[in-house]
Amino acid sequence: MTDTLRLTAEEAMGLIERSEASGAELHRAYLDAIGERDGELHAYLTTVEAAEGAGVPIALKDVISTKGVETTAGSKILAGYKPVFDSTVAACCKEAGLPLIGKTNLDEFAMGSSTENSAYGPTRNPWDPERVPGGSSGGSAAAVAGGLAPWALGSDTGGSIKQPAALCGLVGLRPTYGTVSRYGIVAFASSLDQVGPLTKTVRDAAFLYRIIAGRDPLDSTTVDLPEPVELPETEDLKGLRIGVPRELNEAEGIEPGVSEAVQRAIELCRELGAEVGETTLPRSVEFGMPCYYLIAPSEASSNLARYDGVRYGPRSGKGDIREMYMQTRDEGFGDEPKRRIMLGTYALSAGYYDAFYGQAQKVRTVIRDEFAAALEQFDVLISPTSPTVAFPLGAKTENPLAMYLSDVLAIPPNMAGLPGLSIPCGLSEGLPVGLQLIGPQFSENLLFRTGHALERAIGFDFVPERLR
Amino acid sequence: MKWAPVIGLEIHIHLKTKTKMFCRCELEYGAEENSRTCPVCLAHPGTLPVPNARAIEMTILLGHALQCEVVERSVFHRKHYFYPDLPKGYQISQYDQPLCVNGRFALADGSEVGITRAHLEEDAAKNVHMGGSGGRIAGADRTLVDYNRAGTPLVEIVTEPDLRSSEQAKRFLQLLRQTVVELGISDAEMEKGSLRFDVNVSIRPEGSDELRTRTELKNMNSFNFAAKGIEREIKRQIGIYESGGEVEQETLHFDPGNESAPPLRSKEEAQDYRYLPEPDLVPLVPGRELVERLRGELPELPGARIARLADELDTDLAEGLVTSGRDRLFEQVPGERRAVANVLMNQWAATGVDPAAVDADELGKLIEARDRIPRAAFTEALEATGEPGFEAERYLADGQIEATADLEPLVEHVLAANPSQVDDYRGGKEGLLGFFVGQVMKETGGRANPKLVNELLREKLKA
Ligand SMILES: [Zn+2]
Repeated sequence: MTDTLRLTAEEAMGLIERSEASGAELHRAYLDAIGERDGELHAYLTTVEAAEGAGVPIALKDVISTKGVETTAGSKILAGYKPVFDSTVAACCKEAGLPLIGKTNLDEFAMGSSTENSAYGPTRNPWDPERVPGGSSGGSAAAVAGGLAPWALGSDTGGSIKQPAALCGLVGLRPTYGTVSRYGIVAFASSLDQVGPLTKTVRDAAFLYRIIAGRDPLDSTTVDLPEPVELPETEDLKGLRIGVPRELNEAEGIEPGVSEAVQRAIELCRELGAEVGETTLPRSVEFGMPCYYLIAPSEASSNLARYDGVRYGPRSGKGDIREMYMQTRDEGFGDEPKRRIMLGTYALSAGYYDAFYGQAQKVRTVIRDEFAAALEQFDVLISPTSPTVAFPLGAKTENPLAMYLSDVLAIPPNMAGLPGLSIPCGLSEGLPVGLQLIGPQFSENLLFRTGHALERAIGFDFVPERLR
Repeated sequence: MKWAPVIGLEIHIHLKTKTKMFCRCELEYGAEENSRTCPVCLAHPGTLPVPNARAIEMTILLGHALQCEVVERSVFHRKHYFYPDLPKGYQISQYDQPLCVNGRFALADGSEVGITRAHLEEDAAKNVHMGGSGGRIAGADRTLVDYNRAGTPLVEIVTEPDLRSSEQAKRFLQLLRQTVVELGISDAEMEKGSLRFDVNVSIRPEGSDELRTRTELKNMNSFNFAAKGIEREIKRQIGIYESGGEVEQETLHFDPGNESAPPLRSKEEAQDYRYLPEPDLVPLVPGRELVERLRGELPELPGARIARLADELDTDLAEGLVTSGRDRLFEQVPGERRAVANVLMNQWAATGVDPAAVDADELGKLIEARDRIPRAAFTEALEATGEPGFEAERYLADGQIEATADLEPLVEHVLAANPSQVDDYRGGKEGLLGFFVGQVMKETGGRANPKLVNELLREKLKA
């Protein structure tokens, strides 16, 4: 019997190479695990009984279009929608022979930080089912942490890979904007959306990133990778300069347990041979969040305009066209998308554009410059991924602003288009703490190297304590 | 007071690319409904636009023809509104950074019209409203949508309000149409919707340079219809000002199916399109090399040819030849210039023969002999000029008895057969000449050269 809780994707590749298990057998083993544990976790919205591919099975966040397999983005407005085409990343996975286990739960249209905004009910954290797995890629994170998938893809707009990885004790990569195709990814905020891996190890993340990254002629915003993806081997950090941005490490609301775990990891960096120094990102941290909450809802209000009941998805309303639009969208969208559509519509209105969206774009340039300056002094910046460990279900649902603050540390590098890797760096009150590593554009190899060395030194056990 | 009209145009032309603007669906006019669609032009979740390079080149070529600046960096925006013909809920269009700006277009009368901009965008789908009244969505039982047209590349050309009469507007449109057709970038056929335009009209006291409230005229289905519509609108505005009123800003929607129907009026609502720079596309930065290469590909344009031909003909004739696409044939046909031009613009134009199918030398022979051939035979010959292997000679030989030697005996025969009429003529009834001509024609089955017959008769009767 395969121990799906412990098996990494790399180990699964080994099993397949040595003919100790086939892709189909592994696929079956994960479906069995889902049968056993997903009743409690609700990581999946759809599972695929018979999937093709001889490789390591994979779970995909339900914003990733999969031909013939329902893709809802966690919304009722896409209930029953089966894409007639594969997204580029789904096609990449197929081409690499990865059988699809299923589609994972998420906050509706990837809008949220706890997966409680799903129209299909919340996902629970495998470390403590009374707590959230983070979001919006909470289903993918819970699936991997709960042994229901060896690896998974999520999407990250404002922390939606990094934060759930942190809350579930996993590795999560938000790649450099433009390195992974967005073709077929249900759009939330186009200038920020990026697909990336959620895995148990840094090497698994590098494997998966290698499969999905690269220029796609169907996505004009993608570019060729400047260098091939390397699997990390080195176990020290000699010669690396690691910067600790004060504001990202001392922000209000960071739990003491989180700070302590991150401090220990920073100490480890020194022990591994890195040169560690303090740096500062005052404007990025102060303005990153407000800037994000202008840009993301603005683009979302535009991207969600197509859900009008005319061509696909459910349609409501008996009266004229206007009534049909209003009723379809009123019944189809949940509270969070509606909130963001309203914010975004307002921000893009004539007379407000310059003050809001236009201004936010200018601030984004300031943030980019500030990061660039810090990254001239240092190779990698380090901070907590999330200010808190996993919080109880319902704790923040009544207060959207408190929920938004869950991503206050993850958002600033996203606004600068930078890659970020979250790795687990210990526990606080029995729950995983995530460490965020930020590098310059296209520095994924460097982040993998840093993350891998730290991962080895930390020796974090990714199997949730209660399931060991 | 004397009033001067101020007219500006907004012209939309479909580009003649093989595929759509942002997906690779084929463009085919008249294809079965919704057979030219894909996830991108149907706005399925997650799909992304990829610009059509050929459409960009065609727009730059047009920019050169309109003497525009081709900008170094152009940006696509999203223009939002909800309507079933707009699958994404927004149209991708160029807003404050269009591809071509600050051009000018010279008309045959020597005037120049400023071109504010020429930008690239995508067309919407086609709605058909069923039931209800007036073909409008309000009150319709249901609306059918054909997405074949959705995503067709469209160039919008906006002029400065530089046109001063309906006639000038019409001539501008004719010359512009001929220009885009010759550039090979559009069919520009109004019946197919590949050329559409709106007209902005205002008036002001002559000599003044103020700009008063304008009205917008939409849905006109021909250049002549537009000229009439503009004319009527100018009169209406004059009427309003002269009776102490104020012109209101509004849109006049004409009924393309019924020219005589009064236009429907609607207040111009200040629509908020919530423009957003299209985050799925990177800014368009046309390479300078490409821009210059396209400049080099520019053929001699209709405007320049009119100027050239106007030296040997008058401007109207030159303009007519060029905008009707007959000037290249004109230049090849030998013969007296004005005569050739007149025949091409009149009798030959009526035949509908394709200029490309014509042997210019043979046509020249025919035109040269036109006074020696009966009108009916000449027309018949002109109609045949498009046929393969057409030879003027055959019509000249068959149709005409040209030689005096051939006609003389016939004329003498007619005179001998009608002695009393000959006496009357010689007695002063010169009106009888027509009678003799008729008799000769009858004898020859209408093939005698009338001019020659006249001459011969006069000569013989004098004796
Ligand atoms: Zn298409």
